[in-house]
Amino acid sequence: MKKDKLFFSVLWITGFLFVFLFILIFFSLLKESFLSIKSFGISFLTSSEWDPVAEKFGMLPFLVGTLFTSFLSLLISLPFSMAIALFLGEYFKTGSISKILSYATDLLAGIPSVIYGFWGIYLLVPIIRKLEMKIGVPPYGVGILTASLVLSVMIIPYASSIAREIIKLVPQDLVEAGYSLGSTRYEVIKKIIIPYSFSGIFAGILLSFGRAFGETMAVTMVIGNYNFLPKSIFSPGNTMASVIANEFTEATKDIHLSSLIHIGLWLFVITFFINYLGNLVIKKYKVK
Amino acid sequence: MFKNLIKISVVSLFLFTKLFAGIELLGAGATFPYPLYSKMFDVYYKTYGIKVNYQSIGSGGGVRQLMEKTVDFGASDAFLSDEELKKFPNPVVHVPITVGAVVIAYNLPGNPELRLTPSVLVDIFMGKIKKWNDRRIKELNPDVDLPGLEIIVVYRSDGSGTTFIFTDYLCKISDEWKKKIGKGKSVKWLTGIGAKGNEGVSAFIKQTPGAIGYIELAYALQNNIPFVLLKNKAGRFVKPSVKSVSLAADIELPNDMRISLTNTSAEEGYPISGFTWIIVYRNLYHGKLSYKKAKELVKLLWWMIHDGQKYCEKLHYAPLSEKAVKKAEKIIRSIVYKGTPILKQN
Repeated sequence: MKKDKLFFSVLWITGFLFVFLFILIFFSLLKESFLSIKSFGISFLTSSEWDPVAEKFGMLPFLVGTLFTSFLSLLISLPFSMAIALFLGEYFKTGSISKILSYATDLLAGIPSVIYGFWGIYLLVPIIRKLEMKIGVPPYGVGILTASLVLSVMIIPYASSIAREIIKLVPQDLVEAGYSLGSTRYEVIKKIIIPYSFSGIFAGILLSFGRAFGETMAVTMVIGNYNFLPKSIFSPGNTMASVIANEFTEATKDIHLSSLIHIGLWLFVITFFINYLGNLVIKKYKVK
Repeated sequence: MFKNLIKISVVSLFLFTKLFAGIELLGAGATFPYPLYSKMFDVYYKTYGIKVNYQSIGSGGGVRQLMEKTVDFGASDAFLSDEELKKFPNPVVHVPITVGAVVIAYNLPGNPELRLTPSVLVDIFMGKIKKWNDRRIKELNPDVDLPGLEIIVVYRSDGSGTTFIFTDYLCKISDEWKKKIGKGKSVKWLTGIGAKGNEGVSAFIKQTPGAIGYIELAYALQNNIPFVLLKNKAGRFVKPSVKSVSLAADIELPNDMRISLTNTSAEEGYPISGFTWIIVYRNLYHGKLSYKKAKELVKLLWWMIHDGQKYCEKLHYAPLSEKAVKKAEKIIRSIVYKGTPILKQN
């Protein structure tokens, strides 16, 4: 009885500690970015001028770059991660092929992002450059498209491994009922498996989106770090996380530092809201 | 086997205790002189047994940590402005350690030797000259077969002293640059793409035909990257080298050594050069340093501007000129502890 109480209070304290930490991070970001909030207000979100010398700061290009790359990478990765999840969750649940494939995709999640960056610079960039030369846009090689491609490979394991486990959890009687009614395998997947596991699959997609949204190192290495609004998917751009990583160490002026933390605050807020909205969707489609 | 293991553990134990028993000086700052500093500090430790822990976190961070007195010395590629000096709780001094340079690297088919004048350089980096076969580049390089490639400007995306020295130079040679862009560790580039670090910029230049960018001399020499011969103030096309960079500092120097060497008036000097400094408090009695440590710090600085200089050239940094050493000596002698100079005056 006594032990039970102790265990309960430990759970309470650790749980509460993390909520407390979350609030603490929010307020310290708020405090440090106060100078920038005071000087720029809402124009910080809408201005596309980023000039550390003239001390004018606006984060629109970074916000656009971040949303652009994360959505594009999600779009590219989705067919692959879903295919892998279905393959492993439905077609080959056991056996050596399944083991090798699931091990390989999970391994992708463990590769440090700087390695992805190198891979992007030395392999992907020259290929994209050749493509750009062919279609007649400036052959930078780096840019929104390159960053999205690197990101899409990075986020595949997050969406696929969760979707795989959820698909495995679909009750076998439902699936068998489908077959007994004469459905083909495709029809079973489309009409039974996907609807049943939708909320779980969506949670996985959300997780991979969050990863793409906040990824710093690999993106910085291949996006071109161009502080203006990107004009097309071939144009170089910049993201919120990568501008912070780039300029933080050498930001000597207070307003520069404060503006970088201000970007961090927005990154925090936006991530929070995306997760919140995502949870609403998950709740709505949960099978009861 | 077992005996060896015991031996190793005894030796390592001994090393550890020695490590902790000795005085350790703590510094933080510029990444640019880091290879040189780590060599110097390594030699210093082996010779005098004083360990120097230097964290190359960037000039900005080094200056901030010095301000908060969490490190014993800071290191910076840009000297502190009068405004920044006022923010310090106590006065500080700048001790120059070496001279570095920024070179203009490029990638053209066959990598021909290229000559540029300041005005052409500015217009390339402002995006006004867009193709390599532009008339103005051709005029300067009549013997070179310039292709009709698009010029792709590559700059440092991370805040850096290299960018500061380069933009400081461009400000001095072009009013338009000064008005539109200015100088700083991060600036608002009008054209091109950004890459992280010297290695990022050079990797990009190496794989992109038509690219042009700026990197540290030491880095370019170590990696055999071709660079531009730049016309200096005296009207000569100067090839960046340890010698021409050292010569850039051979001018009248102010007593506090806070001087920018870019666009030097030295006849044979390379125009995009600059000192890199170690910054310490003038009065080392500021609450965080014992007298013993303060003395070791001053000794270290003295060694760095004298015996330590011989490690510059091997690592492609330019040693201080005689004039600069004399000035630096005076600055080190002016460092006090509770009002009394630490080094004996002569």
